Amino acid sequence: MDVVQEVLEKQKRDLERYKPIIVEKHLEVRNDVGMMLCSDPNDLDEKVLKENKEDYLRELTRDNVQLLINEIWELPTERVDECIVAKLPAPTTVLPRIRKVPGPRALTKWEKFAKEKGIKKKKKDKKKFDEVLDKWVPTYGYRKADAEKQKEWVLEVPKNVDPMEDMFQKKIDVRNEKVAKNEIQRMKNIVRAKKIDAPRAGYLGPEVADSKTLRTVATVAKASTASVGKFQEKLPNEKQARGIGVKELIPGTKRKASHIGGESEKEENLALIKSILNKKPKIDVERAISLQKRDDRIERDQEQAGGGGKKKSKKGGRKGRGGAPKSGKKPKGGMGQRAVKKGGSGRKRR
Amino acid sequence: MSLLRIRKPTTHKGKKILLAREPQIHEPAKNTLFIEGRKCSGPIKQALKDLYHIKKPLCKVLTRNNDISPFEDASSLEFLTRKNDCALFMFGSTSKKRPDNLILGRIFEHELLDMVELGIKYFRGLGEFKNEKIGTCVKPTLIFNGPKWNQTEELRRLRNLFIDTFHRDTVEAIRLQGIEHALSFTVTEDNTIMMRSYKILLKKSGQRTPRIELTEIGPSMDFTIRRTKLASEDLFKQSRKQPREVKVTKKKNVEPDELGNVHGRIHVGKQNIESLQTRKMKGLKKTPEERKAERLKRKVALKQAKLKESL
Repeated sequence: MDVVQEVLEKQKRDLERYKPIIVEKHLEVRNDVGMMLCSDPNDLDEKVLKENKEDYLRELTRDNVQLLINEIWELPTERVDECIVAKLPAPTTVLPRIRKVPGPRALTKWEKFAKEKGIKKKKKDKKKFDEVLDKWVPTYGYRKADAEKQKEWVLEVPKNVDPMEDMFQKKIDVRNEKVAKNEIQRMKNIVRAKKIDAPRAGYLGPEVADSKTLRTVATVAKASTASVGKFQEKLPNEKQARGIGVKELIPGTKRKASHIGGESEKEENLALIKSILNKKPKIDVERAISLQKRDDRIERDQEQAGGGGKKKSKKGGRKGRGGAPKSGKKPKGGMGQRAVKKGGSGRKRR
Repeated sequence: MSLLRIRKPTTHKGKKILLAREPQIHEPAKNTLFIEGRKCSGPIKQALKDLYHIKKPLCKVLTRNNDISPFEDASSLEFLTRKNDCALFMFGSTSKKRPDNLILGRIFEHELLDMVELGIKYFRGLGEFKNEKIGTCVKPTLIFNGPKWNQTEELRRLRNLFIDTFHRDTVEAIRLQGIEHALSFTVTEDNTIMMRSYKILLKKSGQRTPRIELTEIGPSMDFTIRRTKLASEDLFKQSRKQPREVKVTKKKNVEPDELGNVHGRIHVGKQNIESLQTRKMKGLKKTPEERKAERLKRKVALKQAKLKESL
């Protein structure tokens, strides 16, 4: 028993030699060991703070650092290159990031289509055997153009093509066009991925654009009103852009220009009313004369047949009716034309 | 199509540089840009220099005077931080209206997230403390004293900004003897913020955990808060959103034991005991009569099934 007591006492004496590592706090401090952070919500002693600021702050900080270190020293440790290393847990304090969280890459138009249709990429062989050259030729990339040049050192001119046309130049042109198209599609994909509203008309800035594109842009801009540019003022010597695709660029060309307007509408309507009100009856002179003649004749007949029978007058009446055509023209026979005005309907039967 | 031509990088190096500019899942530590304003007095210049010493080497210093007033127009500041690849900035200036002005701020998505203008009331630099200093690249312990840090939104954000500015980098492990720097921020009742910097001395305590003693090494400053521009709640939340890859999800059915072994549990479906083949024995064999009866039974069942089908 004596030995045990002795050891315990010795340890107690040892501990008394050193200052304590235990800190008492009214409210518990919040430590974030992963961030090596300590927040002390306890009230400050304002009186001591005013009297002896620096010492008070140092003591306060010392206590909090001691609490943090006590916690860090209890973490699992490792030995790395003769150093003792404590493994820190993940920090609980969340700090703002530098950039947004990266999302998945947007699919290109083709990739989207291929995914919908279930089209899978077929892997091409790196080299193909060429029977003309009698050797293996790369499908793409390094030395492919070289092999093609060897193979197509002469080109056939088709019958339907101008014989003076340079077929080699034509081939180069076709290739360049394909490259340009691909570049445009690539940029369209970028626009789609970034969700930018890109203008459809080609305006590259005043330094780059040529007069033709500038004119197109001006025309499109002018036509981009609710009334498709109908009421836009014209500049002197202003030229309209023409050519393929200009009309397609103007939004709403398919819709008809609005007929509702200010001054012109009123004028139009007034003209219409005028034309109706000022209508004079058309006089067919020949017909009028013939009608007059007929009436005269009927009168004469009635006078002559003062005591005569009714039959004669009837006959004369019919005659008069038949002899009076509606218009001055005689109907032409045998031409097979439909008289639309007479209201004949149906197929002409021969 | 009218677009600025977006060129594809032609070299591998160029491609790597462009990829590094894209948003990353695991982000590197934030760099700090030190900028001097139109006019810069002695103390504020010294303060910027001392803060630079604390933050070394995660910083970039611009030495010329810049005619910028961040609270009026932050666009040129956004431009400079973007050019120098810095997400944090410290801007020092002096004017008659606001003497010894230090603006702390940070950038998110190349745009200003929040900034706080602090007036330096008291300053004592690194050089004025004649004692042994700490080494570079030391991760400090950050101590926030005072109940007020948690009481107003402004101070909460400022605390977050201080942590962001001074915590250096998140690390997985730390050398125990390397913990030698403590930064304390104390807020008093009259909203004065006192920043103190101490060197940590690890003393013997008779136990495993050492006893801590502190010596002040500077710089020490007292701030008052002047103007603030805090991010909206929405933007602040958005900026703190973490990628799914970083979040730790709990793995089911995997547990470590005390010896450091990992145990996994596998759930198997219920076993069908009926079809289990047990040991064959002569005594359990069926007699010919029994087999015949079974065959008949099966036949009748088949017939019935057929009848049902035909119906």
